[in-house]
Order: sequence, then C-alpha cells, then structure tokens
Amino acid sequence: MLRLEPRKEVSQPMLYATPVMAVALTIAAGMIMFLAMGEDPVRAISIIFFDPLFDSFSITEMVVKATPLILIAIGLSFGFRAGVWNIGAEGQFTIGAVTGGSVALIFWEVEGFWVLPLMSTAGILGGMAWAAIPAFLRTRFNANEILVSLMLTYVAILVLSVMTHGILRDPDGYNFPESRLFHDSATLPILIEGTRAHVGFIVALLVVATAWVLLARHIIGFQIKVMGQAPHAARFGGFLESRVVWLCLMISGGLAGLAGLFEAAGPVGQLVPSLPVGYGFTAIIVAFLGRLNPIGILFSGFVMALTYIGGESAQIEMNLPSAITGVFQGMLLFFLLGIDVLAKYRIRWARQYASMEKG
Amino acid sequence: MTETALLELSGITKRFPGVIANDGVGFSIAPGQVHALLGENGAGKSTLVKMIYGVMHPDEGSMTFDGQPYHPAKPSEARQTGVGMVFQHFSLFEALSVAENVALGMDKAMSGGDLDAKIIEVSEAYGLPLDPTRLVGSLSVGERQRVEIVRCLLQNPRLLIMDEPTSVLTPQEVDILFETLRKLSAEGCSILYISHKLEEIRNLCDHATVLRGGKVVGSCDPRQETAKSLAEMMIGATLTPPERQDVELGPERLAVSNLSRASDDPFGVDLHDVSLSVCAGEILGIAGVAGNGQNELMEALIGEVASDLNGTIMLNGEMVGHRNPTERRAQGMCFVPEERLGHGAVPDMALWENTILSARTRKQIETNGFLNNDRAKSFADEVVAEFNVKTSGIEHAASSLSGGNLQKFIVGREILQAPDVLVVSQPTWGVDAGAAADIHRALQELARNGTAILVISQDLDELMAISTRFAVISEGRLSAPQPTGQMSVEEIGLLMGGVHNSVGQSGEAHHA
Repeated sequence: MLRLEPRKEVSQPMLYATPVMAVALTIAAGMIMFLAMGEDPVRAISIIFFDPLFDSFSITEMVVKATPLILIAIGLSFGFRAGVWNIGAEGQFTIGAVTGGSVALIFWEVEGFWVLPLMSTAGILGGMAWAAIPAFLRTRFNANEILVSLMLTYVAILVLSVMTHGILRDPDGYNFPESRLFHDSATLPILIEGTRAHVGFIVALLVVATAWVLLARHIIGFQIKVMGQAPHAARFGGFLESRVVWLCLMISGGLAGLAGLFEAAGPVGQLVPSLPVGYGFTAIIVAFLGRLNPIGILFSGFVMALTYIGGESAQIEMNLPSAITGVFQGMLLFFLLGIDVLAKYRIRWARQYASMEKG
Repeated sequence: MTETALLELSGITKRFPGVIANDGVGFSIAPGQVHALLGENGAGKSTLVKMIYGVMHPDEGSMTFDGQPYHPAKPSEARQTGVGMVFQHFSLFEALSVAENVALGMDKAMSGGDLDAKIIEVSEAYGLPLDPTRLVGSLSVGERQRVEIVRCLLQNPRLLIMDEPTSVLTPQEVDILFETLRKLSAEGCSILYISHKLEEIRNLCDHATVLRGGKVVGSCDPRQETAKSLAEMMIGATLTPPERQDVELGPERLAVSNLSRASDDPFGVDLHDVSLSVCAGEILGIAGVAGNGQNELMEALIGEVASDLNGTIMLNGEMVGHRNPTERRAQGMCFVPEERLGHGAVPDMALWENTILSARTRKQIETNGFLNNDRAKSFADEVVAEFNVKTSGIEHAASSLSGGNLQKFIVGREILQAPDVLVVSQPTWGVDAGAAADIHRALQELARNGTAILVISQDLDELMAISTRFAVISEGRLSAPQPTGQMSVEEIGLLMGGVHNSVGQSGEAHHA
C-alpha cells in the first residue's frame, strides 16, 4: 500500500523538481491524448514543445507572449504568497489598456518622449483603481476578493467594448469598433527589427529583479510571506492584515494594468474589444508553475508562452483544434497542483501496516 | 509481575524521518493500576500512547491486551477493545451542547433522551457533575475536560489514557479529578497517566515508567521517590532549582490602569478594569485558569488589535495604548506569546527569518525597509548559542524544533533584545524540566538586570517559584497583586475559581 508521510520540513530540492516533473507529465499525458486522437504523438509534441525553440521568429514571438504573462504573474505572486487571491488580473489588464490607451488617443499625433511614460503611468493607475474595488470591499466588509475581482473582469471587458464602440472609436474607421492606431510616440519601440518583441520585455525583466529584491531583502516581502503562512504571527510581528491586502492588490493590479497598456501599445497598436485574450487568467498558472518565485516566474512565463506558440503551430501544421493550447495549460496546472504534495510529503510503502491490518 | 497484565508492551519501536521516537519500549500495566508515564518533552510519551490508542502504528514490537494480541489500526478499534483516551487538547465543538458533543464522539449512535440520562448517571457516579443540555462554549475548561472524560467512561473502558490532564485545572478541580481517577482504579479500570508534574504523580500513581530519548530508563514506585529524584531520573542529570533573590526595585516600567475591553472572540472573555504595575527588577505573576481573559490581556499588551486603549497602558511613563507592536518594541517592550508555532514563530520559516519577526527594530535588522539578512543570521546564532537551543542549524524551519527548544529560541530572541519590559505568556508550557529551569533562570537574570517582567501562566508552581508579586485573573478581572508567599495555595485556588471578595483579607471563604 502506498502511504503519504509528512516531511519534517518542506523539501527544497522537491520545490524545484516538481514544476519540471509537472511539465514532463503534461507532455506524457499529451502524447496519450494525441494517440487516442489518432495523431502521431511524437510529431505533435515536437511541433508544440520543441520546434518553436529552434526557430528565431518563434522565439521572438514567445517574448511577445511571455512579457504580459510575466508582468501579471509577478504581481499575482505577491498576493498569492499572502493569501490574497486576485483572480481578476484580466479585468485590471483591460482597464489598464483603456486608461493608458486613452492617454495615447488624447495626445494623438503629439510627439514626445514623455508620451509613453505617461501612458504607462495611466495604465498602472487604471489597473490599481480596478483592483482597489476588491481591496476596499475585502478590508471594509470582508467581501471575498476572489469573487469580486473575478466578476469585475467581465465588467472591465464590457467597459472596453463600450469605449471602443463609443468615444474612443476611430472617427475615420468606417464605424468599426476600434480606436485609431497609436502614433509613433505612443507605440513601444521594437527590440529586434522585423519582429514584434518590444521594450516591454526589458521592463518585465526589471520588474522580476525588483520583485526578487523585495521578496528576499525587504520588509514588504517579509510581511507578505508571514501573512500568508501565519496570520497570527503577522499580527505579533506588527503587520496589519488590511495593509497587506491593499499592498498586494495594488501591486498586482498595477502590474496587470501595465501589461494591458503594453499589449495595446505594443503588438496590437490600438484599442480593440478583442484585446483581452486571457493573459490575466493564464498568468495564474504561470505564477504557480514558477513557485511564486520571481526567477521561476521568468522561466514559467516562457514555458506558457511556448504552449501558445506551439498550439498555433499545431493548428497550422496538423490541423488540430485551437483548444490544444487551453488543454495543455489546464493539464500543466492540474499536474503541478497534484504533484506538489511531494514537497510536503514523501511516498512510502507501508507493508508492515498492511499486514498488521490483515492479522 | 504476578497477576496477568491488562496491557503489555514489548519492543515497541517507532521511527520518524531522522529520529527514533520509541526504541524497544516495553512495560506492562496491571488491572486497576494507576501507571504514570514520565518523561521530558520529546522523550516519546505522546508517540507511545498514540500507538496504544491506534492513532499511530509501531514499526516493530508487539502489544497484548488482556492476554490477546493487540494492534489497533484506528482509534475506534482501540475503543472497542476497551481503551479510552483524554487528549491534552480537547476536541469539542463550542457551539454544540454537552450531549451533542458526547454523541459525536461515540462509535454507536445513541438517541437523545437516553444519552442525557446516561450522561447524568455516569457523571454523578464519578463526581463529575455535568448538565447535558448546556453549550460547551459556556463551560469552564475543567468542565470541558469532564465532557471528554464522561465521553470515555460511557464506553466502559478498561484502560483510560490521560495526557497531561491537570495543566488546565485549578487545584480544587485537580482534587476532584484525582478522586474520580482513584474511584475508577478501585473499580478495576487501569489508568495510564502522562504528566510532568511530579508532585501529582507521587500523589496519584502507584507505578511509574520513565522514558528518556525514546527508551525506558527506569521504573519505580513514585510514592517511594522524591520529586527531585524523579526529575533527575527523567532528565538524567542533577537539577538546581531557581533561587529567588531579593532585588531592589527600580522605577515603574509598565503601568496598566483600568483596562477594559470586549473580546473579539464570541466565546472569549471581556476584560474589566484591569490595573497593574511592574517595576524594574520585579517579576509580576498572573495566575488563572485558561480562558479567563489571559488572551485578551496579552493582545492588549502586545497591541495586536487596533483599539482605543490610549491612556490605559503606560510604558516608562509614556502612553503606548494606541501604538502598534513595532512601535512598542522600539520603545522597549518585548513579548513572548503563548502559542509557539503560528504566533511567536512562523512554522515554515527558518530560525533566522523568525528573528526578523520581532527583533528587526531593536536589533537593527531593518533599515528603511531593507533587511540585513546577515545581521538576522548572526542574531539567530547568538540566540542559539546563549540559550542552548538544540538545532542542526539556523537555516532549519521553526517547526523542525522540539517544543522546548523552540520555546528557548523564542524566549531567547526576546530576552537578548534587552527590553525594559518583557511580557511572557506560559513561558514553560509543554516544556521539559531542563528547558523550563533554563528559561526560569534566564527570566530571573533579566529581572536582576533591571527589566520589569510580567508572567502570565497557568502553572502555579512556576509562578510561586519565580515571581516576586502575584495576582490572579478570573473572568476578566484581576485580583490585587500580593507579594508571593503571602497567599496560600487554597486562597489562590479560590481566586482562580472566581471567588473575589474577601480573599486576601480573610483567609476563609466559606461561600465558595
């Protein structure tokens, strides 16, 4: 009989090994799935997981997808460590794009180095404002931030739709529900000529570094960790729960807003109703796959971006349904949560116990 | 042993990752015997009785019950065989009635009226009066323990295991409990009694098995031994008790005046007009049965709850009632809460990270929000060295330490911050005799160096040994502090039971 035995301490090697094992299990389960579908499993897996890694254009596309995922996941990781569950990053992403994009449209055709910083600030503030609603309701009325933030996502998507159908619509756009294309000063500079990889990725790297410092060397990170692991000890240490809730939601809301603005001012180049494509939700998986650790999130952001790119290739080359991407992301989270148990427990064969029960 | 043993253990071994909790343990319990299991914390007592009760399973060795092989896979099997257990921490639902709680713990369903009658019958037969219809939330700790005992007795056990049952009782309640246990023993029910209170064991038990480091190191008749010889057998070393020395009192450090506050917990106790003052060099002890406002007082003193307590708490003559814990620490006040894991320390964090929790201001670990991890580590090393904390390194999680060692670490962390005022709750709760003596000495040393210390404890012996003055908290009210030694144990017991007026002036309180 297999038995789980609690470890005395969380196993550090396991903490690093489990995400890798989850990826391996996802690939294995994916092969079984392709086999059942009658496809060549080796070919499908290599198209999804390996081919993009050896193609320079695919790599730059991964950077494009990984940038918002990393930005959002870093923000979410603060809250998840503290037990503040912001599930509505998608909404904060959308509102950030609306507020930052509005700045771009207000200063349309105005050239200046200050336009992008101003847009970014507006994007961050927009995301923060949207996250402030669950923060206020949780600290004031003890409302569950999971539900509030999730519901507000749908409101945010409708807000974007109303804006692009209304006051932000391109006056010369034949009534299509989209804004003007942002002008040059309002568009993110491209990192490598001929690709879509933009400076937002550099910002994401800076955010990763800052988050690492905050978590390892700053009282902000310390109080977030204590609040998540032992709320009573946090009070003993002089940390206020309401402050931590606000802090986490402001960090995650602000970064999600910034990611939304980067998406609008980067690869998309305008505001369109279809701007939110689920990065805010996928980033939840990225955060956990990266062990809520900034460096881990940097890697897991790329793994998740790979499933997007690989899923697209599989659609094109093998005619597989677009649901492939979602299936792989779901399996990844599933295996990760399942295998996580190994960090806190070890598996033991319990033979004597079994025989004793019989005897 | 001439007569057949009721329970016999031989060669019981239980291993945990990295440690052998029980190593070839063997002893036997005769019918009707009150058998003490004695040992320091971490000696393996709890593991052993959990195996007898079927919560854990031995890796090696065998048990027989009444001559039959006995290896319970789960507690319900143990109960069917005739083994009952009263745990140190009760498993009761506060919002349910006594009868409902009893019914929940029974293996066979029993209907309402029947059960009520049974409860009354059993509880009266053993001198443990209980009203089956009352909510457990409204019962005192002693009464809650009765619910647990009655629940066991209803299943007619032949062996009753009691894990540190008296740590939550007043002296009077202890007497009642002992009478019950003696009665049970006279009827032929064996009792396995776990405790570290040596006087009690000498008083109650007729046989004792001593465990140290997972092995049986001795067995004796406790009535033939002194408390000192038992303790030395238990820790395997000679003990030097703390000596109370007269110290000259310095200026008043901590003053609490007319502190009243409603508890946040629906089953908590409100504080009413609590006033006290502690001077430099003094140790003020506050005794009381658990759940009489100690938690609420502790919360108010630490400043964990935002409140309008301004004006009621003075630290070195300054009002601190409105300040948060960090500000109070900066002004010279440190705290040791009752709960080690989850309150005084973060279980999954390394020891050195746990110094940041409460020592970051006074030990300059934090500057402008940034943490100097090297300073935290060297402070943790200092605590470990000064207070003899047994650990394989400060990188290990707080939860990996034994209770006594973690307590030494937490007490050391606060003492080495050299506070003007130290507030300690339950300094040696669940701590072995050796560690307790170390902690007591450290507290007395700190007081001698001019710190005002407030100790809240349920352990009367401890307070008698170390405090210079002494007060009792009951139902959220604090009695007037008296110099230790001027109150008898009986008077204190009455105060703990809630008899307020007259005690202290007249020794007699007939209306108890």
